[in-house]
Amino acid sequence: MKSVLPIVTVVAAILGFWVLAVIPMNMHLTADQAQRDGLVVMPETPAERQAYSGLGLTLQNTSLISRTYTLERPRLPSPHQVGAEMWETVFERRVTSRRSLVYHGWVTLSATLVGFAIGTGLGILLAVGIVYNKAMDMSVMPWAIASQTIPILALAPMIIVMLGSIGIQGLFPKAVISAYLSFFPVVVGMVKGLRSPDAMQTDLLHTYNASPAQGFWKLRLPASVPYLFASLKIGISASLVGAIVAELPTGARAGFGARMLVGDQYGQPLVTWAALFAAAITAAALVGFFSLIERLTLRRMGMHAA
Amino acid sequence: MKTAISATGLNLTFQTNDGPVHALKDVNLDIAKGDFVSFIGPSGCGKTTFLRCIAGLETPTAGEITVNGMTPDQARRARAYGYVFQAAGLYPWRTIGGNIRLPLEIMGFSETEKKERVGQVLELVDLVGFEKKYPWQLSGGMQQRASIARALAFDADILLMDEPFGALDEIVRDHLNEQLLDLWARTKKTIGFVTHSIPEAVYLSTKIVVMSPRPGRITDVIDSPLPKERPLDIRDTPEFIEIAHRVRDGLRAGHVDA
Repeated sequence: MKSVLPIVTVVAAILGFWVLAVIPMNMHLTADQAQRDGLVVMPETPAERQAYSGLGLTLQNTSLISRTYTLERPRLPSPHQVGAEMWETVFERRVTSRRSLVYHGWVTLSATLVGFAIGTGLGILLAVGIVYNKAMDMSVMPWAIASQTIPILALAPMIIVMLGSIGIQGLFPKAVISAYLSFFPVVVGMVKGLRSPDAMQTDLLHTYNASPAQGFWKLRLPASVPYLFASLKIGISASLVGAIVAELPTGARAGFGARMLVGDQYGQPLVTWAALFAAAITAAALVGFFSLIERLTLRRMGMHAA
Repeated sequence: MKTAISATGLNLTFQTNDGPVHALKDVNLDIAKGDFVSFIGPSGCGKTTFLRCIAGLETPTAGEITVNGMTPDQARRARAYGYVFQAAGLYPWRTIGGNIRLPLEIMGFSETEKKERVGQVLELVDLVGFEKKYPWQLSGGMQQRASIARALAFDADILLMDEPFGALDEIVRDHLNEQLLDLWARTKKTIGFVTHSIPEAVYLSTKIVVMSPRPGRITDVIDSPLPKERPLDIRDTPEFIEIAHRVRDGLRAGHVDA
């Protein structure tokens, strides 16, 4: 409970900054709107107003401040507008509706989970290969690192288009990109975890005349569990980012990425912001879920959570 | 007296970036069954290396070593020895009982036999009632006792111990030394014990092997005249002090010509 106060303080500070920033960010739009509604605005023409900064214009028109919070298409929506949009699209629409964030969330989440499962499985297999095979140790790791230096934004459209041209569409191409982003932290973490037992531990097994398989199942694998969980928490959020990025360049019609793009293209910032926040909350929930599993697993194994 | 461990003309040279390091030079030693042998010397004298050669964890570059008449590799497969390391090295994800069961699982003991042996060795090291505890719930001395129990579990007749009490404080160490002598008397095992504490070596051993570094070699082998029955205050007797003197002289001599 002690940690609640600092968190609340930081959140309140961010919200406060956001609320204040809404005024200058939206003042030009508000002034134009107010003039059309017949109010007196200083200075009088839009061209003259362009010469002012948002802050400068606010100082000229303090009476318009409350109007900056209620624009239909604000440059920066206020927190309560985003909240209202999210409430409406999450709770007041049927989950099967194309205007429901739950629907779009599930489209992205399903690709995320499939991609994460593929990425994690692949990552663990590669890590085992790297630890037990010298040739793989020399060859795979540099490629794994190189793979992560390519901007995913450049790679995603190519993968989607290529898979599309051989008839694979929908969830799977997005999952591939999720897997592409999530296998890497798993490889790095698992290699480190599988190698974490020291020379003494392996010597001990040697004195028991243990087989390599016994060394893996009884020593290396359990020793790697704390490392695996650290990787899974990074991997799951990378997976979600991958699925969203995969929706952006291809004109996907559903998913968080599609919502963000639609909001941008049709001048509906509230839609973009609501999707953005929904994605962030989803990521936080996924990471939180794995933290919980981590704590339960390590406690069952008799180890302290790291 | 039957010979448990025998080394003749043993040499071991490590190739390092700074050139070859002569870890063991012309080591000849016979250890009889039931002996308690301490290896003492400054760091780099090869005492741990020699113990590792017995266990087949290092391969000598020249010479011969036999354990119960077999090569170290054969001896390992015959479960001739248990090895206790400097750190307890218990698996944190296994209970004390689970840790002791580890070698038994690897060697394929039956379920009933595992249970029976775990109970037996827990009693030997005085840890009855701690079977279900995890390592972090035990003190350092108790953890080291559990690791000794693990080495005893499969009933090897040789116990190799590499500075097992080096990281513990004096009071705990005294207590464990007493317990170790008791355990040795009850189990009649052959024990090879690496230490750099003179009182510990003299108190425990029937045979003290004094070693010196660069190159690692044996400078003196002392057969202790002390009786088998050894209360802690034997350390104040003239005999004890005399042996301790001889060990110290041996260590110093090795140091001068190094």
